Amino acid sequence: MKKTDICTIEQSKIILNNEIIFESQTKNFSEFSKEAYKSLALNYPKFHKMDNLSKLAFLASEMILKNDDHSKTALVFANKSSSLDTDFKYQESINSQENYFPSPAVFVYTLPNICVGEISIKHKMQTENAFFVIDEFDEEFLNNYSAQILQSGKAEKVLCGWVELYQESYNAFVYLLTL
Amino acid sequence: MRKEVYITDYNCVTPLGFDVSSNWNALLEGKSGVALHKIIENQAPFYASVIDTEKLSEEFNRNFDYQDFTRLEKMFLLSLKPLIERHPISGETAFILSTTKGNISLLKNQTILPEGVFLSHLAQKIADFFGFKTKPIVVSNACVSGVMAIAVAKNMIQAGKYKDAFVVAGDEISEFVISGFNSFQAIGTEVCKPYDKNRDGINIGEATAAVYITSKPNQNGKFSFRVLGDSAINDANHISGPSRTGDGLFASIKNAMTEAEVSTEQIDFISAHGTATIYNDEMEAIAFNRMELQNVPLNSMKGYYGHCLGASGLLESIISMESALNNILIPSKNFKETGTSQPLNIIKKNQPAVIKYILKTASGFGGCNAAIVLEKC
Repeated sequence: MKKTDICTIEQSKIILNNEIIFESQTKNFSEFSKEAYKSLALNYPKFHKMDNLSKLAFLASEMILKNDDHSKTALVFANKSSSLDTDFKYQESINSQENYFPSPAVFVYTLPNICVGEISIKHKMQTENAFFVIDEFDEEFLNNYSAQILQSGKAEKVLCGWVELYQESYNAFVYLLTL
Repeated sequence: MRKEVYITDYNCVTPLGFDVSSNWNALLEGKSGVALHKIIENQAPFYASVIDTEKLSEEFNRNFDYQDFTRLEKMFLLSLKPLIERHPISGETAFILSTTKGNISLLKNQTILPEGVFLSHLAQKIADFFGFKTKPIVVSNACVSGVMAIAVAKNMIQAGKYKDAFVVAGDEISEFVISGFNSFQAIGTEVCKPYDKNRDGINIGEATAAVYITSKPNQNGKFSFRVLGDSAINDANHISGPSRTGDGLFASIKNAMTEAEVSTEQIDFISAHGTATIYNDEMEAIAFNRMELQNVPLNSMKGYYGHCLGASGLLESIISMESALNNILIPSKNFKETGTSQPLNIIKKNQPAVIKYILKTASGFGGCNAAIVLEKC
């Protein structure tokens, strides 16, 4: 298998194929993602409705998918903290009887695979997708699973990603695989 | 030539029983786990399929000495135990756990994350208890997780990474999940009625289910089901609303049947998702019709078990295999009058049938869909 493009996002930096394409002074993820969105002229208003995990996965994927044809690109993503960042926020909205305001717009992001859905929607990718939760980044596992998808002919490429985020601690490592 | 992969054993823990035979007998009698339950303080009760906590504790205490487990973990352990007693764990045995929310109940009123809410921690705790040697894999793809977990086991065994796999799926009822679906106005006001004209939403349920998957079929006269094909295609349409065209489900079924080399005419039975929301069931009817599967007998198990989220797909796969072994199709409970724009052959009463090829499907938030084809050997 060939690994073509690689995008890393950590410590307020977006790096595509070893080149820094955006960096910011802010340590706050929400600020950072907003600045990146503007600076990279992404022009996709749905971005602002996403939770932080989806924003992270979306930004990293955008750098690689660009405007190319991805009608045969599968998505295989994984992380450690699942959707706990948004789970925690949602739980706060139902913790007390006095301030009981469960919101469907927040609740929908309490699943880790929503970020894969967001990427699929942006690029109209009606393709194989999977989300795994493992305790640490395991490239061999993601590649083995992706190899099966490629060898069975279910996709021609696989966008693989480790997208980990909880509060201000985040890191994304997203790459494109072909046979 | 790809390696063949077989399901040769299974078990489940549900409100209808703590093993497969008690579940099967309850289903034959038309029993349902769904009833009114007070789940959230100061709120009206909801229709939900809930396991009696006292009975669960008794059953757990009969089987295990060690007590330091959450309610959901006890459900997982009970479903896995008989399989582990029958099949040895080796260094090449995978442990795959499917769940959407795991121990999410532990999050209530916490300021920092308790370890137990991490899905990988939950999986490792169960893996360590039974002595699995490989690192657990958690599949968390919303409501298709349970179906997908079978596909993951099949694919990893075919890739030669493992010789066999224990797949377990589970979710429990929580205030978190009930309040969330309620905020979507997705919860039915009565017992759910999949595909029916008067359906108005889901009942949440809880269960755990476990299957043993291996590259060797059973030789001793016991059953084997071959996992022939799988696919999980995204709708790329909306993160919470079902597709109007059924594109993702259609493509998932098509791919799974292509890989299985099974034609529409050969499918004997469809165990569908059928949540009883207006839009989900309509989407499924469109997808099945696009595949020309509208005449194949079909049911949804949600009227018996509610929607058990990450457990539903695996539980329903087990019940459909049990159907095939007993040569009986189980009705889609609470269905009376067609409520989808396109026809489906919904099973209305217990009926004898020869079942060789089963199609199992699921769909969920995030636009995900999954389909697998099973063959009774």
